[in-house]
Amino acid sequence: MPEIPLPQSVPLAWYLILSAILFSLGVAGFLFRRNVITVFMSIELMLNAVNLSFVTFSYKFKQVDGHIFSFFVMVVAAAEAAVGLAIILTIFKNRQTLEIDEVSSLKN
Amino acid sequence: MNFFIVSLIKSALVAFVLLTALAYIQWVERKVLAHIQLRVGPRRVGPHGLLQPLADVIKLLTKEDMLPSHVNKFFYFLAPFIAVMFALISIAVIPFGTELKIGSFSTPMQLTDLNIGVLFVLGLSGIGVYGVALAGWASNNKYSLIGGLRSSAQMISYELPMAMAIAAPLLMLNSLSFRELVDGQGGFYFGFIPRWAIFQGPFPQIISFLIFIIAAFAETNRVPFDLPEAENELVAGFHTEYGSMKFAAFFMAEYCNMVTVSCVGALLFLGGWQPLWPAEYGSQFVPTLIFAISGLICLYHGLHPARPFDRFTLPVFGVIFLGIAAIFLIPIVATILLPLFWFLAKVGIILFVYIWIRGTLPRFRYDQLMNFAWTVLFPVAIVNLFVTALSVALTSK
Amino acid sequence: MDAILFLLFAAIAVICAVNLVLQTHPISSALSLVGVMGALALLYLQLGGEFIAAAQLIVYAGAIMVLFIFVIMLLNAGKERKLPRKLWVTFAGVPLLAGFIAIAAFVIHRMLPVTEGVKFGSMTHGSPQEIGRSLFQTYLLPFEVTSVLILIAILGAVVLASKEIE
Repeated sequence: MPEIPLPQSVPLAWYLILSAILFSLGVAGFLFRRNVITVFMSIELMLNAVNLSFVTFSYKFKQVDGHIFSFFVMVVAAAEAAVGLAIILTIFKNRQTLEIDEVSSLKN
Repeated sequence: MNFFIVSLIKSALVAFVLLTALAYIQWVERKVLAHIQLRVGPRRVGPHGLLQPLADVIKLLTKEDMLPSHVNKFFYFLAPFIAVMFALISIAVIPFGTELKIGSFSTPMQLTDLNIGVLFVLGLSGIGVYGVALAGWASNNKYSLIGGLRSSAQMISYELPMAMAIAAPLLMLNSLSFRELVDGQGGFYFGFIPRWAIFQGPFPQIISFLIFIIAAFAETNRVPFDLPEAENELVAGFHTEYGSMKFAAFFMAEYCNMVTVSCVGALLFLGGWQPLWPAEYGSQFVPTLIFAISGLICLYHGLHPARPFDRFTLPVFGVIFLGIAAIFLIPIVATILLPLFWFLAKVGIILFVYIWIRGTLPRFRYDQLMNFAWTVLFPVAIVNLFVTALSVALTSK
Repeated sequence: MDAILFLLFAAIAVICAVNLVLQTHPISSALSLVGVMGALALLYLQLGGEFIAAAQLIVYAGAIMVLFIFVIMLLNAGKERKLPRKLWVTFAGVPLLAGFIAIAAFVIHRMLPVTEGVKFGSMTHGSPQEIGRSLFQTYLLPFEVTSVLILIAILGAVVLASKEIE
């Protein structure tokens, strides 16, 4: 079993690369899924990836401002989730479907 | 390396004591409820039913572990796991006493002192909601689903007044770590009134304590808020489809949640391990007195026992209690055991209030319960937090 | 030790995120998202953001995701119908995603100096005292504005969810 050399301290770039991976997975989920709740959850995944970037840069500069921004992102995500889910409930009550392809009566 | 070994030993000890205590809290509950209802409770398995929890554990372990065919298998197995795991982890930040000094070796009587201890406990009680919600949904049964949704809605509705009731003494005590919170409640006013948070100026936290206790009853799904799991409503609610070990897991999670909120209440509001009156007026003799009196009562009743086998068991209990009273008189052991005694006494009083109310009050209907949370408890908690913040701001330098 | 912990938590986060995108039932996706949030909370702890880690658990994993799960259970959402997809789309999509991530990683690695490392415990400014000080002095206006935002969101959600269908 070859000895994999791990660095003493984790390079900061690794956190940002993880954030990029999570963000692109969120974009993939947003574009390719058809259930509107799953699309919403992909948006939350993107917001979480951005939070990780904020906290990483806050570590780099040893300041607390990144944490504050991350906190505000969380608060805005909470407000958006509440209103968005209420809208989804209303759409479901009116159309009885949860697929975004079928809520297209304004198209063409 | 030394730190790891000590932590491992402490974790094993706390886990063992906690699991035994959970089984015996159930025994205490059955006995106390029985005496409130003018009957006797378990008395056949061992003296005074003391081995009843052991018999229950053996029964639950050896029962057939069935898996109904209509459930969603992954979530059916995951739900009790989540409920139990996050209930048991919360004990990691609860301090049981001051430093434990044996010779040159000293360690705090706590598994870990996080500087965000209170937030940690709040976060874990928030995640514990998933166990209940998933149990209700995975059972594929409309009674379980309604029970699970009602129970999780109740738990998240009462988390808000509980968090605000917890925030009020934090404003006065200025820390989020449990050990610093208890250290801030030491000392005495006028030499004899303890500086616990419910007595501490500028605004005594009595209302916060009441809100916390009421919200804690609702968080742990206990009477009078236990509609989602009552046996005669909703066919036992979210744990209808669970049997043997998984049901035992939910049961254990409920009692562990009770223990956790009682510990948090004792630490935040009742002063943790701080004694009730100062040591110069003799508060180190309180445990000795209590155990000695109980031992003497047991010995006295052992002379003319009501039941024949009590001629053997009651004197044995009397001697055990007198032995514990004697242990508290040894000064070296007393400095370790006294804070532990005060803390456990306060937690025990809150747990007794839990059991007492279960035997006394009827349960709320679900809409009365939710109405109470949002229209009564939440505004009172906000006003209480506001008044506390105002008084702290006006009296601080 | 830090690197091993980071790789473990990052692996959990990525696996849960991939699970979120690939699962057909919304409840499995929601629980995978809770797993991502838990892994991210542990990463925030490693980066010294203890308040943010606790806030992530309390607000995101303990309240927002419970809301999601409530809605999924109430609407009785079932599995998604699979669309017939052309074969070349599946075989071109995953390498394109991987290529995008590789370019992003390369750019990031070039930009940041490699000498900077993350050690657990070297960031002490993430404590609640620091956050409170900053929140109530420097960032007081955004704080008050977000509280108004939450009030608007509550009103909107209550109005939307209580409208009856005529």
